[in-house]
Amino acid sequence: MFKLEARPQPSRLMSCASPLIALAITVLIGVCLFIWLGKDPVKGLEIFFVEPLKNAQAISELAVKAVPLLLIALGLAVCVRANVWNIGAEGQYLLGAVAASWVAMQAGPGTGRWIVVAILLAGVIGGAIWSGIVAFLKDRFNANEILVSLMLVYVGQQLLDFLVYGPWKDPDGYNFPQTITFLSVTKIPRLMVGYRANIGVIIAIVAVAALWVFLFRTYRGFQLQVGGMAPAAARYAGFSSRSALWIGLLISGGMAGLAGALEVAGPMGQLTPYLSVGYGFAAIIVAFVGRLHPVGIVFSSLLMSLFYIGGELAQSRLGLPKAMTSVFQGLLLFTLLGCDTLILNRLRWIGVGKPKHSEEA
Amino acid sequence: MESWALQAAATLNAGTVLALAGLGLLINERAGIVNLGAEGIMLMAAFAGFATGVHTGSDLMGFLAGGAMGAVLAATLGYLVIWLNANQYATGLALSLFGSGFSAFAGIKYTQEKLGPRPHFEIPGLSKIPFLGTALFKQHPMVYLAIALAVVIAWFLYRSRSGLVLRAIGENPESAHALGYPVRRIRLAAVVTGGALCGLAGAYLSVIYTPLWVEGMVSGKGWIALALTTFATWRPGRILLGAYLFGGVTMLQFHLQGQGVQIPSQFLTMLPYLATIAVLVLISRNPAWIRANMPASLGKAFFPEG
Repeated sequence: MFKLEARPQPSRLMSCASPLIALAITVLIGVCLFIWLGKDPVKGLEIFFVEPLKNAQAISELAVKAVPLLLIALGLAVCVRANVWNIGAEGQYLLGAVAASWVAMQAGPGTGRWIVVAILLAGVIGGAIWSGIVAFLKDRFNANEILVSLMLVYVGQQLLDFLVYGPWKDPDGYNFPQTITFLSVTKIPRLMVGYRANIGVIIAIVAVAALWVFLFRTYRGFQLQVGGMAPAAARYAGFSSRSALWIGLLISGGMAGLAGALEVAGPMGQLTPYLSVGYGFAAIIVAFVGRLHPVGIVFSSLLMSLFYIGGELAQSRLGLPKAMTSVFQGLLLFTLLGCDTLILNRLRWIGVGKPKHSEEA
Repeated sequence: MESWALQAAATLNAGTVLALAGLGLLINERAGIVNLGAEGIMLMAAFAGFATGVHTGSDLMGFLAGGAMGAVLAATLGYLVIWLNANQYATGLALSLFGSGFSAFAGIKYTQEKLGPRPHFEIPGLSKIPFLGTALFKQHPMVYLAIALAVVIAWFLYRSRSGLVLRAIGENPESAHALGYPVRRIRLAAVVTGGALCGLAGAYLSVIYTPLWVEGMVSGKGWIALALTTFATWRPGRILLGAYLFGGVTMLQFHLQGQGVQIPSQFLTMLPYLATIAVLVLISRNPAWIRANMPASLGKAFFPEG
């Protein structure tokens, strides 16, 4: 019989080990799931953890999916550290893509390469407007940011649908709900010929560094986190929780919008109703698994990208539903939150049998 | 006239899903625990209820399966947040993400399935009354059950001793603990009850209301039910009122589409979500309304020493 008891101080080791333990448990459950479905578990593991890394082309695809996850999760990490719960990043991602698409569709024969910068900026602004609504309603009316940001995901998806089924529909698109294919001048530059990974990778790396500096080396970043962890202390020190709210939401919305712009003007090349593949929700998991730390999030976004690619491969090779990806994502967050108990507590063996004071123990 | 009666009937029916889930979440939150997993629970239960209905041919078994699924998932959440002290928001989110993923994964075989002929109910005599008969007395028993449940929960919370204890725990778990109440177990009981009701709501959705299984079919109703508790300022009667109001908004959207109103369908689909935001803004802007009834420990962890 084990007893959970509080550690004198939080364990730094467990803080790093917990995601690994959670991953191990998730993989174990995954193996059981494969066996239950009558699939070879070794083959299953290979598909999820080896195939997506087997050559340069595969690594490039891994990056294509990791970049949006990384960008969105970085923003969400800032948000959670400020104790602001933005769970509508998916909507901000979509709106960023919508704004970026609008700019991309303005391109004509004489347009220069500078338009890429405008597209990315539009993405940031689109996402930030969508999260800015959340911040405004919370700030002005105290409306719960969790529910408002989530409701705006549904609204954003409908708005996107309206545009691609209506005013923005490609007149020569055989009535498919999609915009024109953007001109090649709007395309996000690729890193290398023949690979889909684009300069999003560089932007993401810069963002990691920038947010690390912001969170751990600037006064504003410090204020933000104090406001999140100890609102009373923050008030006493004269730090405003209002500014934490706005900064958290605008950064995360802007980052999600940037991810949307990179996606729509990068691998997609046009706006379609199928833009949403759950990056905004998966990024919440990425942020937590990465311990809300910019460097940790690099690793967790790569891991989550493996899950995405593994899910696609499992669909094509083993005939398993693609939703398997989200099963594993959800499981990972679940087990992680359970394992995180061990950061503040430790298990102690207290002998066989029931503890004496089992009530509330 | 008859078409308005049908509208009213459809509104009650649509509101029942939200009412069941909203009442469940109310019990949850009265004990101080926020369950952001409602959406995931409803999806899993909608799937479980539908699949059970298909295999057993019994709606009742479908409801039971949905309720049980909800209770089990909520118990998992309860264990994590009440005993392991996991963050309530993050854990609820995990449940929602897992639920939408797993139901889509497991439910793929059921997207083509159909339940047998759907039952038709009417209350003898009353259903013959013009207008009111069609509007009120030809509903599935679950519609009346939801109303009865609101009454029972109101009685429980405000007239029974156990309800008083539950509210005390939601207000101030430390004091309740000091008085010797098993705070954690009571909280778990509240979470499991709430989960079971969310599950019932999900099963009603897939077995009676829609009735079929589609991936992601709850489409935000779990989140809207969460917003309902704020809208209702944590009072059971107002949950019912809010649920029918939102049921009405959902129906309005179909009604307008049917009337050939020249609004793109996407804007009509947005209505319930926009209405939720509007309602949250309207209620939350008055701090006095919120503070009067919101359980003071809502969302905060309680970790007794020893």
